[in-house]
Amino acid sequence: MARAKQAAKTGGSPAETVESLSKDQLLGFYRDMLLIRRFEERAGQLYGMGLIGGFCHLYIGQEAIAVGVQSIQEKGDQVITAYRDHGHMLACGMDPQEVMAELTGRAGGSSKGKGGSMHMFSREANFYGGHGIVGAPAPLGTGLALANRYRDNGKVAFTYFGDGAANQGQVYESFNMAALWKLPVVYLIENNQYAMGTSLERSSSETHMYKRGASFRIPGEEVDGMDVLAVRDAAKRAAAHARSGEGPFILEMKTYRYRGHSMSDPAKYRTREEVDEVRKTRDPIEHLREQLERDGVADEATLKGIDAEVKRIVADAAEFARTSPEPDLSELYTEVYVEAAQ
Amino acid sequence: MTDILMPALSPTMEEGTLAKWHVKVGDTVASGDVIAEIETDKATMEVEAVDEGVIEELLVEAGAEGVKVNAPIARLSGGTTPAKSAPAADEPKAAKAEASGDPEKTSPAEAKAEQPDGDGPAAVRPKEALADPDIPEGAKLVKTTVRDALRDAMAEEMRRDDTVFLMGEEVAQYQGAYKVSRGLLEEFGERRVIDTPITEHGFAGLGVGAAMAGLKPIVEFMTWNFAMQAIDHIINSAAKTHYMSGGQITTPMVFRGPNGAASRVAAQHSQDYAAWYAHVPGLKVIAPYDAADAKGLLKAAIRDPNPVVFLEHEMLYGQEFDVPEGDDYVLPIGLAKVRRTGADVTITAYSRMVGLALKAAEELAGEGIEAEVVDLRTIRPLDHDTIVDSVKKTHRLVTVEEGWGPMGVGAEVIARVIEHAFDYLDAPPARVCQEDVPLPYAANLEAASLPSVEKIVKAAKAVCYRS
Repeated sequence: MARAKQAAKTGGSPAETVESLSKDQLLGFYRDMLLIRRFEERAGQLYGMGLIGGFCHLYIGQEAIAVGVQSIQEKGDQVITAYRDHGHMLACGMDPQEVMAELTGRAGGSSKGKGGSMHMFSREANFYGGHGIVGAPAPLGTGLALANRYRDNGKVAFTYFGDGAANQGQVYESFNMAALWKLPVVYLIENNQYAMGTSLERSSSETHMYKRGASFRIPGEEVDGMDVLAVRDAAKRAAAHARSGEGPFILEMKTYRYRGHSMSDPAKYRTREEVDEVRKTRDPIEHLREQLERDGVADEATLKGIDAEVKRIVADAAEFARTSPEPDLSELYTEVYVEAAQ
Repeated sequence: MTDILMPALSPTMEEGTLAKWHVKVGDTVASGDVIAEIETDKATMEVEAVDEGVIEELLVEAGAEGVKVNAPIARLSGGTTPAKSAPAADEPKAAKAEASGDPEKTSPAEAKAEQPDGDGPAAVRPKEALADPDIPEGAKLVKTTVRDALRDAMAEEMRRDDTVFLMGEEVAQYQGAYKVSRGLLEEFGERRVIDTPITEHGFAGLGVGAAMAGLKPIVEFMTWNFAMQAIDHIINSAAKTHYMSGGQITTPMVFRGPNGAASRVAAQHSQDYAAWYAHVPGLKVIAPYDAADAKGLLKAAIRDPNPVVFLEHEMLYGQEFDVPEGDDYVLPIGLAKVRRTGADVTITAYSRMVGLALKAAEELAGEGIEAEVVDLRTIRPLDHDTIVDSVKKTHRLVTVEEGWGPMGVGAEVIARVIEHAFDYLDAPPARVCQEDVPLPYAANLEAASLPSVEKIVKAAKAVCYRS
């Protein structure tokens, strides 16, 4: 049982093919990724208009990860991440209107406007945030897994953090306890190559994030995070491992963010050519679109229909986020404490 | 037709230079295409198109300086975006003004004025009058150490509620570094009494995560000094999440362990964190003195749906006090206790300092000064009614705490009294606290640094203008 797997690059079972998935599933992945892309573009626009304040970290380029992982989750599995969180919330099924209205700090937001871009949650969607502190989701997600083990409920905590956070001490404290107690947690390291403005090579002595669990005997895999089917396939294996009682699993999702770290980051630490090259050759949405057309899963009209639907959802979300009122001042002092109900 | 507006690149940007256009009239653009470059004094950024369409008109020339945020810079046609998503000209400006503008406009003071219950800083006011439960007639009082009272509280609550569990260093097999968890592993097993590695930041975070999922962890720190490694999770993850989630996520849990100065363990192991945590909205902070309070308040803390910081004292663990028999002795959080009545001076204290204050009151009585000793018990929410009522009676105030004075618990108590009973004071209040130095190791310096009965007596006499 306690077999110490070596960290290994992906190479296990063959990835699912387009053929093995239903048309609805495939179109669903396309739609969900496109929704995140268009939502984030609109969020960027609203930020530019001053409707969104503070920090705003966009998920553009990384959509395949949240969508692919979500697609294999079971009901009751939890998701937790840091501040680049809009994509995960949409993938979890949270209402785009509520998410956008939280970005604009309005009463209709998922946290009633009190959390903002980096602090959103949904008990209903089992989405546990939305955390502004780099690295904090690692122990929190491991704690969710501890609760799963405590209740023996068979659920898995999907715990996301970035390549920058992977250098935080608390991540390794969590790895140790998760492996020691065989907690059902899947760590998803979204390696988008830059910890804010510092490239992986400049910040990390071991740049292969999937190896980071080796000294805790946590198996890891490197995954093409720009390919939703590869993400899905790896997540399935990792979840099965965690769910079966074998303990944590690390997936290093190789990805790329097209925009700056946050809206106020001009991203001068990399060239426009580098970004363009990824967009042109590795874009997760274009990649799937081409696959769907090539394999005859969907024709152009179907895809255009999805484009239009997504556009409408995002336009409605933006409209709601713009017109929802600011929270009532009486909200200032509510929810600091839970009213004691003993 | 959609206007493309001058974007803000940061929360504080008001205008910028449109350095360069990457498109010209007639070009077709898709979302994500770079259409222009913008400069501020801080950075240059590329502007990407959000909507698709054909550039109809460029409204600002390349190189134009001082372009206001939200001014239209180009016009796009052919997009399918409904025109209504373009903002009315003055709306975004209004939003920005509120974000960074007149502080008066959204100041908590004004908002609070609309709050019927808001009366002063950190005012978490109980809706009903609190009172300690009556001890049933005939109930036996059992001599119990503070250590065992804490253990009993945990054991009783764990029997009562399966979601309550204990985690921390050496809490299980070792029976607790200070033997507070003695016997719990035997009774509840390793599922519910969990030895952690020495990894405060990590296991505090795990505890918070488990609480978010609906369990009620008791996270023991071997001492509060080590919890500084975990303070991010106590404050950022536990205290703030209910508020930030709009009331969706709760973190019902207790962080507990010995606090304050032990004996001769020097600066890094001797510190009172009451003021640190009491500063934070979202946390409740409790620092009991005797065994009955330790038991009744720890049971209350475990049942409370909020994160509670529970500050114990190593020097009190072995002291015996009367505790009412039975497993339902639960005290209200947020209620101070008048431990000795007196008409001449109010002395507030908490934790071990209560013992010193009571001894000081005895000495003062010998000199004809009757001191009223108010045991704060809960530091947040602070029971200022009891404090203020006492000062209205005695007209004089001495605060005692084991921590440093500046920005401390005494400072807050005095501020409350000045806000609510200024006219009743007959003398400036006095603070007795640890000297403003890291706690020294040498026996004489350590003693000189900490509050003492002698210092309290001296301060009380001073505010009574007696020498």
